[in-house]
Amino acid sequence: MHSGLESPKGVWWKPAHRTEKIWVAIAFVWCLILFAMMPIMHARGGQNVSGIRHKVAPVAFQQRLGEFIADYKVGEEQGYPVVAPPPGSDVYLLGTMWAWLPVLKLEKGKEYTLHISALDVNHGFSLLPLNVNLQIVPGYDYGLRVTPTQAGDFRVVCNEFCGIGHHNMVGRIIVTDGPNTGPHTPGVAATASAAPAHDHGGPAAPQTALHAGGAR
Amino acid sequence: MSTVLTQPPAPTPSGPSWLHRVCPTTGLKVSADAEKLIKAHAVMATVMLLIGGIAAIGVLLTRWQAVHLLPAEWFYRILTVHGLTMLVFFIIFFEMAVLHFAGPVLLNCRQPAPKLGWLAFGLMTVGSLLTEVIMWMGKADVLLSSYVPLRAHPLYYLGIILFAVGALLATGLFFAALVVAKREQTYRGSVPLVTYGALTAAIIAVITLLHGAAVYVPTFLWSLGLMPIDPQIYRMVWWALGHSSQQINVSAMVSIWYLLAALTVGGVVLNEKISRTAFVLYVLFISMASAHHLLVDPGFSSAWKVVNTSYFMYMAVLASMIHGFTVPAGIELGQRLRGYTKGMFEWLTKAPWGDPGFSSMIFSIVVFGFVGGITGVTFGTEQINIIAHNTFRIPGHFHSTVVSGTAMAFMGATYYLIPLIFRKQVSFWKLAQIQPYLFAGGMLVFSMSMTFAGSFGVPRRHWDISFTNAPFDVQFSPTVDLMLGIMALGGLVAALGGGLYILVTVASVFFGKPMPERPTAADGVPQGIVSPPVRSTRVSEADVMERHGKLGPAPGTIVLVGVFFVAFVTYYFLNWKILAALWKMG
Repeated sequence: MHSGLESPKGVWWKPAHRTEKIWVAIAFVWCLILFAMMPIMHARGGQNVSGIRHKVAPVAFQQRLGEFIADYKVGEEQGYPVVAPPPGSDVYLLGTMWAWLPVLKLEKGKEYTLHISALDVNHGFSLLPLNVNLQIVPGYDYGLRVTPTQAGDFRVVCNEFCGIGHHNMVGRIIVTDGPNTGPHTPGVAATASAAPAHDHGGPAAPQTALHAGGAR
Repeated sequence: MSTVLTQPPAPTPSGPSWLHRVCPTTGLKVSADAEKLIKAHAVMATVMLLIGGIAAIGVLLTRWQAVHLLPAEWFYRILTVHGLTMLVFFIIFFEMAVLHFAGPVLLNCRQPAPKLGWLAFGLMTVGSLLTEVIMWMGKADVLLSSYVPLRAHPLYYLGIILFAVGALLATGLFFAALVVAKREQTYRGSVPLVTYGALTAAIIAVITLLHGAAVYVPTFLWSLGLMPIDPQIYRMVWWALGHSSQQINVSAMVSIWYLLAALTVGGVVLNEKISRTAFVLYVLFISMASAHHLLVDPGFSSAWKVVNTSYFMYMAVLASMIHGFTVPAGIELGQRLRGYTKGMFEWLTKAPWGDPGFSSMIFSIVVFGFVGGITGVTFGTEQINIIAHNTFRIPGHFHSTVVSGTAMAFMGATYYLIPLIFRKQVSFWKLAQIQPYLFAGGMLVFSMSMTFAGSFGVPRRHWDISFTNAPFDVQFSPTVDLMLGIMALGGLVAALGGGLYILVTVASVFFGKPMPERPTAADGVPQGIVSPPVRSTRVSEADVMERHGKLGPAPGTIVLVGVFFVAFVTYYFLNWKILAALWKMG
């Protein structure tokens, strides 16, 4: 037997030892299982990302978002519109430098079609504390049928670098136990003050982002 | 000095004469041109490691929320520097050194075109320094992936293009060395396995660098306002570069495992057919693996994602699982043939743990496989990616592959490169001996705690997870603070290990004592060179092969891969379980 530094002489295509063959067979079968799990979980699992996906002009998505907010707005929170769409409806969320718009109010156990897109650059949708993560790309509408299974006050942080204000980009999704009726009362969880944004860029004024139009 | 520069007395009929010396350890003719090129690339690799390492400390001390060292813009700036300098410049400079070694030196031939070699080196140096300057000037705060439409200064892209052209040229010279060696008959039989592995790395490098051209040339033009780029297409093509380049690393690293196994303990190749087929699997299936960076992207169908990330990628996973068996089994068998035959593990307990080449290799294999491999395949599952994408789990994963795996293997190889190629003793030998323990141990703690913090959703590439100026507060579990503290501790230990590596290599290469004629262990020469591994006379090959009956020639390795397999299956299904607790989505 020789080392990997020596040239093998003559024919080296020789049968492997039995233990080596068995390991290769185990590894191969395991790889096939790893492969099969994904289609199987498309059929049987509750968490998939296929969704309903289209290309969309950022401005068109922004316009649709504006209509959505006008239709279902129930209040404001830190200057962000709070929107409570009816169960079963199309829901819109826009990532922009540096805000997630609007604040959504959903009902537990009801299905919504959530459309997420970006106005300017790539953003990362990260729903906390659940740890659901999606890549949001400008020019693409990521539509997913979503059923919140827990009530609570959730946060959407941005986890794709999107410029100097990236770390201040936080949105909010509130999931209520029962139907959302009546106006929104600002929640206790909102803590940010009117203090000036950080030197290096704070969150965008949400209303500006809504009406600025076009990618910056 | 037993090493003499000789001009062969008469040109051999099969090739021109060339300046070389004969290596006293291996008996190989070492081309003077190849040797100079190896040195130059290794020096630049170390310079890049230093720059990337300084940036690493800045990133670490900022992400350690208790210290939070840098302001936001400097954090993103040096995170860009850290990523590009380490993952592109350091690694590729070192890989080109490996190619100049595995080609002309291992094949015993001349460097086919030294001037082109220097042109390639010049392009890589100019390109990398240009990009460094632009990054440090703050003209390219776009992070490693520079996702369009984030825009850097055009010279940032141009520097990377020059670097890539240089690397492509150097890779071409490696292929030329194969042709020259074959034609001039400088070796007999097939190329050695280490060269074969380096060849697959070179082929993947060509695939990678062409993808690099396909993404950076249009992006350069886009940055000048000359053409549009779709952000989603950019991500796909960029990752065809970004992921494939990691497969250059893997192929080069596995080749170095075989190299160090041979040099340190006389490790053997169990079966050439199996090992070489595994290398071919890397070449065939790896460019599809870029898909696993796009699993939760809007632009691709699930069928596309599943086919690309799974079926094909798992053939590359198969290749790694095969090497994960054949390399330790080759080490075990090599040790058994040297007479360490007692029980299951005497080959490990009696191994040269004080040889930094050996310890580096073992840590590289173990951390790459157990931490990097298992997490990588799990996170690269379409649905499980939902709970991993862009969280701290991702850098946790790739620090255990590319840092504790690839960089650790490269460091181990350096301890042999210094005496064999630079012909110097390793300075600060005691520090060199503990260096792999600090680096790999620190990195293991670092990457595991980072991965664990990521499972709480802690984002990667983020300046402030206390969200001080955000409109809504974000609370993480207190465990996250603890994990970040442990991560920082591990990272600082690893940085110390990295610093020692730079100290030892710089001191050895520039101020080290020349290799003595008869090196002894006290001289700072690894034991694989002081007393090259020799077979024991009291065991025969047949005896070792039959000794453990059905368990075969490497019973200890079977136990180790068994533990690995159980860990893999457990972690994989645990992640499916965690995923199932989320909101319904589809």
